[in-house]
Order: sequence, then structure tokens, then C-alpha cells
Amino acid sequence: MSAVFKPDETFRNDFTFRNSPEAIRRFPLPFVEDQYMYSVNIEPHMPGAKGSVVEFAFDVDEHYVAECRERAMVLDAEPLRYQALPHMMSAQWDCLELIMESLARDYPAHFSLAKRANRWHWINKPLGIDQEFTFGDPSTLPREPLDFITRQAQGDFVVMDQRDGDLWAEAGMVTTPADWSLDFDIGMTFKEWHGPVPLAHEIGVFDRALKYLLNLRLGQPVRRLNWTMTVNPRLDTSPENYPKWGPDRATVTRQNAGDLVHLRVELQGLWRLPRSNAVLFGIRCYLISVRELSTIPKWARRVHRALKGLHPALVDYKGLTRYRDTVVEWLAPFDDGSPTTPGAGPD
Amino acid sequence: MSEAQTLEVEVTAIEQVTPLIKHFKLRPVSGDAMPAFSGGSHIVVVMRTPTRVYRNPYSLLSPPHRLDSYEIGVRRMEESRGGSHFMHDRVGVGTRLEIAHPVNLFALDKIARKHVLIAGGIGITPFMAHLEDLHEGRVPYELHYSVRGREHAAFLPRILERTGERVRMYYDSEGQSIDFDGLLSNQPLGTHVYVCGPAGMIDKVAATAREWGWPDSHIHWEQFSAPPVGDAFDVFLARSKVTVHVPPDQSLLESIEAQGVEVPYLCRGGVCGFCQTRVLELDGELIHNDHFLSDAEKAKRNTIMPCVSRARCKSLVLDL
Repeated sequence: MSAVFKPDETFRNDFTFRNSPEAIRRFPLPFVEDQYMYSVNIEPHMPGAKGSVVEFAFDVDEHYVAECRERAMVLDAEPLRYQALPHMMSAQWDCLELIMESLARDYPAHFSLAKRANRWHWINKPLGIDQEFTFGDPSTLPREPLDFITRQAQGDFVVMDQRDGDLWAEAGMVTTPADWSLDFDIGMTFKEWHGPVPLAHEIGVFDRALKYLLNLRLGQPVRRLNWTMTVNPRLDTSPENYPKWGPDRATVTRQNAGDLVHLRVELQGLWRLPRSNAVLFGIRCYLISVRELSTIPKWARRVHRALKGLHPALVDYKGLTRYRDTVVEWLAPFDDGSPTTPGAGPD
Repeated sequence: MSEAQTLEVEVTAIEQVTPLIKHFKLRPVSGDAMPAFSGGSHIVVVMRTPTRVYRNPYSLLSPPHRLDSYEIGVRRMEESRGGSHFMHDRVGVGTRLEIAHPVNLFALDKIARKHVLIAGGIGITPFMAHLEDLHEGRVPYELHYSVRGREHAAFLPRILERTGERVRMYYDSEGQSIDFDGLLSNQPLGTHVYVCGPAGMIDKVAATAREWGWPDSHIHWEQFSAPPVGDAFDVFLARSKVTVHVPPDQSLLESIEAQGVEVPYLCRGGVCGFCQTRVLELDGELIHNDHFLSDAEKAKRNTIMPCVSRARCKSLVLDL
């Protein structure tokens, strides 16, 4: 989408983040049916419909500038939100190349990349960055390559090294997490990292997902959606900052639920990286208030039903225990019982 | 995952580097750079002839930082079903071929403290790309390269130039052989061993390393089996509801593909396990030629790797 940026909106304190009507209509609703349960819902990350969040490899939307500023604030306070183990340097350059090439190709009005052999020239107009550097030489960038480029991209990133039949989370930029911590998880295997997820291990989701990802091919990225809910449009719901956002969950009432509670959807993309044979895991976070959702009648009915029937273990794991019922009550008047059309898109 | 995306390439140079091995340079027809890759990667070369299609895996031996062309080495197999003969006899400078994007099933371990590389014959090819990465790094390594005789030492000048002091040559014809016990009994903790060569060499390295207490995670090997020839047999594909005849010189996978049924694959050499297929009914014996299934799994007679394995049977029904 050729976004008009809203550079001043905030994801903390006064929470001025809002979605435009266009942003609401392109929101990636994860509920394809009225009932929700885990599945290995992986599909090729091929260019999708024009204007959709999957039109391009990395979606840049109206919140781009504001999200990058929020990231910088988190990193100023807590530098360990970015980490990379020493053997991940070739993967860092792979990530920088993938993101720069994608943004320059897909958003030529905002980004450009010129190459003369290993001399690269990167321009990011929305953030006012103009950087010449030598690809492969970290000393020519102001920060490590992964740090440099992911400060200019929306969403979190984890880079996984592949060895010994497993994927190891060994580099990343994580400032918009749904209650997990890179500092805690770095160095873990795929299943250790996903240890806290309930139910999925038992039904073999991670065995199958790991096997699939170990064989992920160059040039054939894949994606899936995941979701949770967050009180206030707060991107940084990290364990490190739990005291700042945990108490918010006790503030939800019948009256304010529509404005306070946000559906938080992660568009997760997975890319095989060429030089390092590592895997890039992108976690692009989209927020939408329940009131904004309810402006699409199909979605109001769909989300009401999906939340109402959610498995209790998932309610607890996603941290919705205190306010799920309140949101269901808030949405109930929008659900006249009429059927919803197939698929997740708005009518 | 379905059929890999393919790139159209043109052969720009061919060199006979040993009596049995030819060295090919491939450049993209589009004029773009080749996709970047990591050392140890292979490509699948698609060879279309009027009567059949071959898809053979070959390791990339060119430096990973050079992307104007890819280089592969092809050994003429004595009992070839035709793929290597096609490359040797029918492909010339200017011939156009299709290749699938690189896949790496033989990467170096990035946290190893030391690498011991063991190559036998054409098994040198994946290490050619590895040497480029190792040369630039700080991790110690050594290469042990065993060939029949001096005239069979493919790519030796390039190896010596890149890494002269770290390579040790072994010539069968001069009575030299690698002392696996000596080599594997005395390596620093954190060393990884990698072997690519004939099946006997791989088995010997793996067995010796295990005897000396190496963890499996530190033993790496790759061998692309050419699909062996065998007796003809018929197979019924239960979901597609077609009967496929597998002639002696064509693999089960190739025969199924020739009927228009798509089977997901990566290596086509019995290594990766990606084409693993369920056996629903069997009256006869499966001939497992892969390196993926354990002996216990093979004994169950309920799964097969169609890329390299065959059957000697009255009937066989697959879940395809």
C-alpha cells in the first residue's frame, strides 16, 4: 500500500495509535472459521492481492515511521533486545540484503539500493537515512548489519542457524514481542524456544513444523498467521516490561473493552538465507482495536464466536483469562447469529 | 513443497579434469547473477532428452562469493542410467540446461572448533566450496583427499593454491590410504568430521568416529547415490489411481514423474528424506538404497524413498 505515514502516533503512554479505514480493511484476520484451533497453517509467502499485507515480502504500512521510532526507544532503554551470536555474521548480511532488496524493489518511492560490486548505497527516505557501505565489511556500517536494517523494518526478527537437525535461535531484534524474550531464548533449539506453547506439542505441531522448516528452500519463503490480544495498542509487551503492561489487564470493563482491547496478529514469514543457510523468522505485528474490528460486520460476528469458543488452555496461554469474557460481552450485540462467509476477508 | 523453481543456464566452459571427471561452468541465460549459496550446497540439473528427463544432483564447487556462474564436477558413472553419460557425451559449450535453486544438506557446523574434511574421488566437490569459506575464517581445518592415482586428483591445483599446507593427498596406486583410526582418535574436543566419497569410505569414517566416542552430531557425510539399475516392476499409485511401469534403467521417482504425478523432492539421492512415501501394500521385497531410513524403519516394509529405492515384487501400492 502506498502509505501516508503517521509519524507522531504512539504505542505507549497516551497511545495515539489508530488504524485508518483502509488499514482496517487490509487487517490480516487470522480466523478463517468461526472456531479457532492450532494447525500447521503454513503457506507459500508468494505475493498476494494488491494492497493486502502480503502483497510484498515485507509490508510497509502507515505505521512504519512511528513503529521504527518506538523500536529505537525500546533499544535505548534495553540494548539487549538486539543480540547476535558471533557465528551469525554471514546470516546478518543475508538478512540485510534480503530486506534492502525487497524494500527497494517493492517501495521504490521510499527506498533505494544501488550496488557497484560490493559498494552499496542505501537510501531510506521516510527515516532520512543515506548510507554507503561495503557489503561484507561490518566496519563500514554504524551498527551490526542485522541491527542496522531491522531498525528500519516493522516487526521482530529472529535468525535461526541450522545444524544437527535443528534450528537454533541465535540472533534477533525483538522489541514488539507477545510476552517472550530474545535475551531469555537466545541459543535455544526450535522446540525449547516453543516450550511454553500448550497443546501444540502434544498434537505434533512442532515436530512437523521443524521438519518442514529444515527443508525450507531458497527462493520459496513461507508464512503463517498467529494471534493474541493486548490491552492498549502497546507493541512492547515483553516479559522485561511486564510491570508496565501486566496491570493493564485489570482495567478492562464492559464500557471500555472495545477501545482498550486489541487483537494482535503476527504475520510470520520464514526465509531460507543463501550464504549462511540460516533461516530468517519475521514476526510482523498488526494491532486493531475491538471497536475498529467491529466496523466490519462479518468480523464482529466471527471474532465474537472464535473468542467465545476458545479452548481454555489457549485462553490462559494467550493471557486473556481476565478479560476474554468481557470482550465477548462487548461483541455480543454485533452478532445476530447469521452465518459468516467463508475465509477471513471482509465482505 | 512442489517442484523446485528452476533457472535456465547455459554451459560456458567444459574441461576434462581427470579421465572420468568433467568440470562444467554454468551461467544464467537471463544474464542476472546466480542466487547466492552456502558451501556444501547442491543443485539438481534437469536434462531433457526426447525420450526422458533426468534430474541429477551435483554439488556446487565454485566459490560461494562468485555468482557470475556456478561450477559442477560430473563423474562418468560406469553403470550409469544415462544422466552422467548425457552430461559427458551430449552437453557441449552453449548447451542450455535447467537447474533447481541450491539446497544445502552438507553445511559446515558454524560453532565447530575444528573441521576435518575427508574426500574420496568425486566427493571432493562440496569441499571445494567449503574451502573458500574456511580459508577466510579463523577455525582450523584439514583436508584428507584420497584418489585412485595421480591422474584422478581432480581440482588439485586449485586446492593447493587455496589451501596448500592443509591438504594431505592419498594415492591408492601408490599404496597410500587414510589412517582413520590415527586421524579420528586424536582430535581436539569440538572437532567435526565431514566425509564425502564412496559408501565404503563413509561407513568406515562413521564407524571409526563412533568407536572413538565422537557424538553423532559431530559426524557429517553426504553421498548422492545414483539411482541403481534393477529389475523392472509395476507400482500402483492409490490416490492418483494409475499404474506405473518402472523399467530397469529408470528410477521409481522418475517413472512416477513421467506419468505426470508430482512427488516432492529435494536431493534425489537418498539423503534428505523429503520424498519418503508410504507403502500401502506389498507382495515382494523393497530394495532400499537410501541413506535416510534406519535399518529398523527399512525392516517395517511400510515406507520407501522413490528417488533411489526400488522393489522386486508382484505388486506394490504407494500412497501417492
